[in-house]
Amino acid sequence: MRNLSRLIKIAAQRITRNPYHALAAFLVMFLTFFVGGAFVLLSIGSNTLIAYFESRPQVTAFLKDDTSPEKVKGIQNNLAQTGVVSKTTYISKEEALKIYQERNKDEPILSEFVTAEILPASIEVSTYKLEDLAKAADILENEASVEEVVFQKNIVETLNAWASTFRTVGGGVVAFLLLTAFLITLIVTGLNISLHQDEIEIMKLVGATAGYIRTPFIFEGVFYGLLSSVVATGFLWAIFTWATPALEKIFSGVPILPTNPLIFLYLLAGEIVVGTSIGVVGSLVATRKYLTI
Amino acid sequence: MIAFREVSKQYDSLIALADVSFEVADSEFVFLVGPTGAGKSTLLKLIIREELPSSGKVFVDSLEISDLPASRVPHLRRRVGTIFQDFKLLPQRTVFENVAFPLEILGLPDHEIEKTTKEILELVGLEHKTNHFPTQLSGGEAQRTAIARAMVLRPEIILADEPTGNLDARSAWEVMQLLARLNNLGTTVLMATHNMDITSSLPHRKLELQKGRVVYDTKQKGTKSKTK
Repeated sequence: MRNLSRLIKIAAQRITRNPYHALAAFLVMFLTFFVGGAFVLLSIGSNTLIAYFESRPQVTAFLKDDTSPEKVKGIQNNLAQTGVVSKTTYISKEEALKIYQERNKDEPILSEFVTAEILPASIEVSTYKLEDLAKAADILENEASVEEVVFQKNIVETLNAWASTFRTVGGGVVAFLLLTAFLITLIVTGLNISLHQDEIEIMKLVGATAGYIRTPFIFEGVFYGLLSSVVATGFLWAIFTWATPALEKIFSGVPILPTNPLIFLYLLAGEIVVGTSIGVVGSLVATRKYLTI
Repeated sequence: MIAFREVSKQYDSLIALADVSFEVADSEFVFLVGPTGAGKSTLLKLIIREELPSSGKVFVDSLEISDLPASRVPHLRRRVGTIFQDFKLLPQRTVFENVAFPLEILGLPDHEIEKTTKEILELVGLEHKTNHFPTQLSGGEAQRTAIARAMVLRPEIILADEPTGNLDARSAWEVMQLLARLNNLGTTVLMATHNMDITSSLPHRKLELQKGRVVYDTKQKGTKSKTK
């Protein structure tokens, strides 16, 4: 324990005596964790967005004006029998008007001339799986009482494709940055070792063990990883907290940003683990390669 | 205490030591003399296993140095204090911190480190320089700091490689007096030097090396031979 504090002191002295090395290592690792964390948060956001659209009624069948409640019931039964439909909701003309008025409450002029008679009644249908949307749509199109069928298959599919590409590109960028951070840690530790050759030689001469000589370099790596991951997560938290209200307005209530504050705690824990691991492994590899004891 | 048995050391085509055999007894003071490149420093490096012999065996007590596992080398070096011509002090550490360094490595508590370091600094006459940095010291003071650091673990052996090489005559004699005092306290001293003024005026054993071979040993008087 006594030696631990002495080794931490040695590492701290080396960091403060070589501020440019320390800054270079910190900035590269900060960039890695900032970009990595942003990709993670946006991936979570894209998943939330897809889930949002998936949870919305995915097929809407607008009904002819003379459709009776019995016919509506019959259509709902036909859909239920397929086994792929998770939910059907009948929206009457009056309910359609209420929804319309609610959506346009800030612009009363739009609601002024609209009555329930103008708006069609509809059935909103959700399926368990996206690929079953077409089946539900086919059934509805074959119903005589159905005027028009609209479904959001394309929106969700496009979103899925975008999210998948985003995750692939993001994963590649993050992997590239992680490799860079690892190499920078290795180079900075290697430079530090060559800068402290005299000190290392003296340490060896007075009987320091290999562990005693190596450990301050490992602590340095851990420090860079730890500090950069914490600061990067702090920046991300600040930016997302600042941007969320404005973005929520733009996307009219569609949740695209993580709203659960615990997500940032999980992100912090994850980044600390990854950052510390890169610091440990990078400096360990450097001491194995450049430090002859 | 120290024994060399037919030790040779070769760096590529350069022969640093050739078939060297000798023994140094407990509490003995031995001068290693000879011109630059004779193999004196190599011989000292073999004792602390900074180098390994190409052939032959080096013993410190019953420990054969070549067979020593790497993990035991630090323990060997704690038993053997080393002093160099260029002092090898840490420039960012004060005199006190330099001397205390080996004790820190051992993980001793602060109060014990402070007590021992102060005692040693008093012994070498540097108690008034504890907070000075190496650059603020004279050559003699720097070398006495290095001696204090070598002594602080109370080693059984002190190896001194040209410890007076960078010093004026007065400082050199102060260092010699200090080494003699350590020797009187029971420490074995092996000192490499080519300062003939010192070696000729002190009665200690002399081991002369030339081109990697022992050519003269005052322990076996009259055996001086010429290197072929």
